[in-house]
Amino acid sequence: MIAITDYGVGNLFSIKSSLDVIGAESVVTSDADVLRSADKIILPGVGAFRDARKKLSESGLDKVIIEEAQKGKPILGICLGMQLLFEKSYEYGEYDGLGLIKGEIRPIADVIGEGLSIPHIGWNPLIFKKESPLFKYLKDGDCVYFVHSYYAADCGESVTATAEYGAELTASAEKGNVFGCQFHPEKSGKAGLSILKAFSEM
Amino acid sequence: MITKRIIPCLDVKNGRVVKGVNFEGLSDVSSPVELAKMYWEQGADELVFYDITASFEGRKLFTDVLREVASTIFIPLTVGGGINTVEDFDRVLKCGADKVSVNSGAIRNPDLINEAAQIYGNQCVVLSVDVKRVNNEFHVFAKGGREDTGIEAIEWIKSGVKRGAGEIVVNSIDTDGVKQGFDIEMLKAVQDVVNVPVIASGGAGCINDFVTLFNEIPKMSAGLAASIFHFGEVAIKDLKDELNKNNIPIRRI
Repeated sequence: MIAITDYGVGNLFSIKSSLDVIGAESVVTSDADVLRSADKIILPGVGAFRDARKKLSESGLDKVIIEEAQKGKPILGICLGMQLLFEKSYEYGEYDGLGLIKGEIRPIADVIGEGLSIPHIGWNPLIFKKESPLFKYLKDGDCVYFVHSYYAADCGESVTATAEYGAELTASAEKGNVFGCQFHPEKSGKAGLSILKAFSEM
Repeated sequence: MITKRIIPCLDVKNGRVVKGVNFEGLSDVSSPVELAKMYWEQGADELVFYDITASFEGRKLFTDVLREVASTIFIPLTVGGGINTVEDFDRVLKCGADKVSVNSGAIRNPDLINEAAQIYGNQCVVLSVDVKRVNNEFHVFAKGGREDTGIEAIEWIKSGVKRGAGEIVVNSIDTDGVKQGFDIEMLKAVQDVVNVPVIASGGAGCINDFVTLFNEIPKMSAGLAASIFHFGEVAIKDLKDELNKNNIPIRRI
């Protein structure tokens, strides 16, 4: 059973539907006990880091996710949910993340140069940097869908794939059992579904 | 390298696709779900649904359709039509929409853009603008392109981005339905002044029109069309093959 964390942020309908269609059992929940008893946890999120971080703290689920991650449970953060896994974000101020993966969240405007639209919206092919169990069904050239204005910087060895948009932006990162996708696998066609399938099979 | 998006657009009234759809092999040609599935199989990068219903019952049918589409296909879905309040955003986002497009609702109440962007993020708010030349000026038209608001379009779009719109759809009324190509002049004028993604709409008649669009305006993010896709005049796969041949990056499935 995969627990989809409901803390009042994000499009849970599509994540739930995409897991249904690949036959992975899942539940949308804001209940700490359900997160603890699940085999895996998905942390979704859209919007601003500050608001999401606040909601996650208020719900008390941040501590549960950190505990479960430390016990070795597979965790997948998606988009803003991925950004929350890092140490810090500089979106509208300076805020602490969950600190599960080394690195910090910075504006893409710092690195992409002139002439490219912000937000970065659209499909990019993944540039694989490392083997990842999430990518076991992907092939070279597979594209995934991005919507973001901030990216994970200084994450060193944890980067598993990037996307080229004026610069090589972190597309996915992982540390042990903790995984993050900047893109939306639930909106990334069959390639995206295959990533969710790989996660569900861990 | 980011790829150029190809976006079919479906007008839905009382839960059915309108604007004449003519497809072989589809059991129900005006079923939004059937059509969405077909575009997903063909490699559409995103779909736009406009709800052109006025009645309450029609609205309910539309959200039912949306929910079914969003549980069947897994690409971004933009929804527009009748979006006047933050509650309207909430209604369609809960049914699986990823982005919400505002048009007349934002003309009546521009603060809608700010409010929605604050709650759902800029990436969620698409400003859709119907533009027509009037006395050598670009004017914003409201009510499905029937009413000249007198508002200068470039200024309106700039202010919309400032208010928090994360993406712009520019629909040229001058080229819409004419099938002689996108309105390059108008689209360039918009793309030059905003730094958010711009989606071109109105005028696509053949594959080559998309090649011209992306060659003439390399920054243009996406091309949107309705009838040429619905009537099978342009198959998305053929379109993408041709763009690829012209070194325009596209997503392959």
